[in-house]
Amino acid sequence: MELTRRKILALGSGTVALASVAGLPAFASLADDAIAELTGGADMGDGAVKLIAPEIAENGNTVPIGVEAPGAVEISLFADGNPVPNVATFRFGPLSASRSASTRIRLAQTQNVIAVAKMEDGSFQMAKAEVKVTIGGCGG
Amino acid sequence: MQQRTTLGLVMAVGLAGGAVWAGPDEDQLVVNGEIEMVTETAAPAHMENISTIYSGWRFRSDETQAVQTDDFDNPGMLGVENAMVAWETAEGSAAASCAGCHGAPEQMAGLRAVYPKWNEEKGMVTTLEMEVNNCRETRMGAEKWSYTGGQMTDMIALISSVSRGMPVNVAIDGPAKSTWEQGKELYYTRTGQLEMSCAICHEQSYGQMIRADHLSQGHINGFPTYRLKNTKLNSVHARFKGCVRDTRAETFSPGSPEFIALELYVASRGNGLSVEGPSVRN
Amino acid sequence: MADGVRPRVKVPKTAAAGETITIKTLISHKMESGQRKDKDGNVIPRSIINRFTADFNGQNVIDVAMEPAISTNPFFEFEAVVPEAGAFTFTWYDDDGSVYEETKEIAIS
Repeated sequence: MELTRRKILALGSGTVALASVAGLPAFASLADDAIAELTGGADMGDGAVKLIAPEIAENGNTVPIGVEAPGAVEISLFADGNPVPNVATFRFGPLSASRSASTRIRLAQTQNVIAVAKMEDGSFQMAKAEVKVTIGGCGG
Repeated sequence: MQQRTTLGLVMAVGLAGGAVWAGPDEDQLVVNGEIEMVTETAAPAHMENISTIYSGWRFRSDETQAVQTDDFDNPGMLGVENAMVAWETAEGSAAASCAGCHGAPEQMAGLRAVYPKWNEEKGMVTTLEMEVNNCRETRMGAEKWSYTGGQMTDMIALISSVSRGMPVNVAIDGPAKSTWEQGKELYYTRTGQLEMSCAICHEQSYGQMIRADHLSQGHINGFPTYRLKNTKLNSVHARFKGCVRDTRAETFSPGSPEFIALELYVASRGNGLSVEGPSVRN
Repeated sequence: MADGVRPRVKVPKTAAAGETITIKTLISHKMESGQRKDKDGNVIPRSIINRFTADFNGQNVIDVAMEPAISTNPFFEFEAVVPEAGAFTFTWYDDDGSVYEETKEIAIS
């Protein structure tokens, strides 16, 4: 077949380019430490926290994230591949309705977003989601 | 050989793998529950190689699309708010404000849809940015704004926002014809180290992935656009400059005759799509 | 005081007593993370909004501790119960000591 630039572009640009570090992200242990600081090392249950995150982030600069945990007093967000793992802590007051919040965050590379909820009885619950952070086309 | 070197460069840019055509999705765009946008329509008659045109919105992920559906989700509206303050602010030796002559910003409805346009007085095609600066200089006695700077882009976003939902309808005949033809020629001319033209990506390869970006048809109905990548409003000429530079070519300047011509031509490729600016894109 | 910091908030104009409403807040702010370097290689110092609160008639709805990983032009969407007519007060606290505020009233329908 005649190799035109058009065909090269068609053949060559099929795969999704992932910005990720092979193996465990270097910052993962920082995230573990930050979470341990919050929970005092206590075990975290799962099933009570809903974490809404895209599978593939269109752009790592602005990634929409949502969390919901009925019965939570506060929910903390962590990103285990960011240079600083802490992202935000949502503390719900007496007039909070659904113990949920949405925001937009920065993710430096493909990594896990982790939500840890402190429940009314003092126990902890968590949810985790991997978000792929991609490199865009021309100019990134 | 020249040909092989360039191919080598293009291969270095791409990655091994099968071609993936992930066409525009099927979603419908309604903003604020009331502005129904046309994001798909028959290509204008002057386009030879495309039969259906799609707004860039249709190529974005669900999450990105959602950000444009509500003016309180869309960070581009922060720029519009800035411009609303500027609209009311008296400036320059004439101590005039936009509001003083033009009334409410809503009076500008319809403008964004027909620019760039032939200006009889100036004897050339002008863009909205040029008209804003013309007003500032000659009627307000104020300093011009930088063509792609924040203040100008915010103001174009405001002027655009009051035309949302209206079909893009720039004139390509009459006195604007030769400018349009110049723009068309630029669109199809390969330039730069990568020897790429606008058409290679946006006409021949739309729907395909360039690395992880979903290539659109490159319409500008959504400009100024809030890009997630740089978290700010981007103007048309700023984007042209970025695109040209990304093909490793010497770029024209914002406000240059070449970019004015190119803007007229590119706008005309989207005739029929709704004005969306300020939109949200990658 | 950081320049051009502007809040933009969506609160319904009315609600039934006890109804749950959705609130959206945006504020224009660069959120300089402290991770970037200028062209001479020097770190650009961190300068972010570090806290956001929403209160209604003196009672708290939500209190967010924010880190540099929150994107430029911070956005929050959350729900509040509206027990009676009154005013929501939204407050953003900047690293540089500035405090930005916005108030929205709501009536009972």
